[in-house]
Amino acid sequence: MRPKSVISCPHMGSYHIIFGQLLRRLFPDAQVLMPPPITQKTVDIGGRYSPDFVCAPFKLNLGNYIEALEAGANTLFQSGLGCRYGYYGELQEQILRDLGYDFTFVCLSRQRARPLAVSAILRGAGCPLPAHKIGAAFYLAAKSAKILDEYEYWMRENVGFEAVPGSCAAIHENLLNALSRAFCLRDLRSAQSYAARAISKIKLNRPENPLRVGIVGDLYTLMEPSGNFYLEKQLAREGVAVSRIMGLCFLLTPKNRRRLIGESGGYLMYPVGANGADSVSQSLSYARMGYDGILHIKSFGCIPELNAAPALANLCGDEGIPILELSFDCHTSRAGTETRIEAFADMLRRKRDAKIRTPGA
Amino acid sequence: MTIGIPKALLYYRYGVMWEVFFTALGCKILIGPDTGRAIMEEGIALSAGECCLPSKIFLGHAANLIGKCDRILVPRFERTAADEEFCVRFWGLPDVVRGTLPGADILSYNLAGDERAGFIKLGAQLGFGLTKTLRAYQKAKKAQQNADAAAMARQNLLLSGGGMKILAAAHPYIIHDKYIGAPILRIMEDCGARPVFAEHCNRLLCRRRSKKLSRDLYWTVNKEILGAAVHLTGKISGVIFISAFPCGTDSLAAELALRRMRDIPAAHIILDEQSGEAGLQTRIECFTEILRERGKPSVAS
Repeated sequence: MRPKSVISCPHMGSYHIIFGQLLRRLFPDAQVLMPPPITQKTVDIGGRYSPDFVCAPFKLNLGNYIEALEAGANTLFQSGLGCRYGYYGELQEQILRDLGYDFTFVCLSRQRARPLAVSAILRGAGCPLPAHKIGAAFYLAAKSAKILDEYEYWMRENVGFEAVPGSCAAIHENLLNALSRAFCLRDLRSAQSYAARAISKIKLNRPENPLRVGIVGDLYTLMEPSGNFYLEKQLAREGVAVSRIMGLCFLLTPKNRRRLIGESGGYLMYPVGANGADSVSQSLSYARMGYDGILHIKSFGCIPELNAAPALANLCGDEGIPILELSFDCHTSRAGTETRIEAFADMLRRKRDAKIRTPGA
Repeated sequence: MTIGIPKALLYYRYGVMWEVFFTALGCKILIGPDTGRAIMEEGIALSAGECCLPSKIFLGHAANLIGKCDRILVPRFERTAADEEFCVRFWGLPDVVRGTLPGADILSYNLAGDERAGFIKLGAQLGFGLTKTLRAYQKAKKAQQNADAAAMARQNLLLSGGGMKILAAAHPYIIHDKYIGAPILRIMEDCGARPVFAEHCNRLLCRRRSKKLSRDLYWTVNKEILGAAVHLTGKISGVIFISAFPCGTDSLAAELALRRMRDIPAAHIILDEQSGEAGLQTRIECFTEILRERGKPSVAS
């Protein structure tokens, strides 16, 4: 008899709730075991067994896998899209095998991420559902991601101004619980209306015109707060309204190549890989909407974002909007990041004050 | 009109083709000088610190050509086939050069599957008609194929001869660069090893052979490097992987190859802008010594 599958997959911000929900639906007979939350230990283990200069998400994923395997998982999931991410799976599996772990590795990367291939691979991994039920499970997960993204977008904008500290986080917690338990669209609707009701009741001390910062960059580093030392939270504590469009739904939405280049306002001629062109087009729209600053966040050596960096620098120079670029790796220091964020927020505040004192300048 | 061609990155793969193409169209060409300290320093100063060394060197070359020619060729390489692509670095090359060097007048073409279509657009940008461009392209293609075949024949001759042969498994723009790659080749020769190159093998065959090492690999050049290691097993004594810091594709592909190659000795050298020659010397010397000891009957038995 085949031993019972214990399924796990890497973390990515609060989306582990959605991955868990999806996996539980796809594999009703298996146990779904999410890796323990990312800690310094995860970062250290992942970094130790990864190649030196691979991008940080690889290292964090690997740390997650090792901790999950240690906790008893025996089936690991990985996906893979553009740039280097498409090749993560094969090497991660090899590294884990070299470490002596025994497990099944299910990799839905690139060509294997197409719907037909996905259902064949899932079936092979022991999913008993017919194709339309697999489709339904993915649909439910996508809808859940949309609800979560919408709430988190609102939360980033407003959490810095909540009257009762922790009230936004409490709603977030409840929403995550509801989404992880959701089993049909009706559950999702009630989760959504819960979030809407909670938002309308929450007390905010939001100034009329707060400092606003737009965040762009490489998606994993943006979405996984333990990979960027919770910098969005820190910005909120500094009283900054944070805007970030890039999230799971954004990642999964197909984009029109030509429109993307058009929206980058002449700063790019071609797509520069992964979400590099999105970083440029979104920064441009933040600048035109009168935001106070832009944060460009990436993992160390992220090629698409490095390709976009010269365009971003020119754009920010032309539009007169300050930009702070931060790179993250296993060796990045928390204190260094916090100091720079603090200094950036300070600078934005002074710039704003100076503008008020000398209008028109 | 003078077209400047930076002697960096994929010049080492398509250089002959570019030269013949522009000459056949009646343009003058200016091939940049070999990489030197000054060009590298300039490229480093112009680039973000975490860019890979070859891309910094490319920027140095491009900056060096400004003012010496009318247009600078900065092509974009996306993919050669549906499931084969170039490192994302090449996708952004024209935009990086344009964004960093506003004074450079860039001439670009996009290799996305259909090479011919890219060249037709290139000709059109220069104001040449379809027929003339196509004729030039065919001539250029032929010249590149001949050059590649000649290099392959030279290497086959070397492979059939005696002596220790080591595969210098690196991107061509690293190993053939006169500043960062040449010292390695010189040291290898000094240690009595003849270097052989992945790009001087049958590339198509190598790309297919790479499946033996890696099922998922999709970077064209890395496929050729890994495939060459498979293809040449038995004909060479060892493999030295040479990567530039922090090469995105090598960070994964070379690591996987090192973990999976069981029947051939391999080493991995990482180059950066601070590399000293003494370190290289020691490592290559050690590696060749080991290979020599392995060849002795007492160890082999």
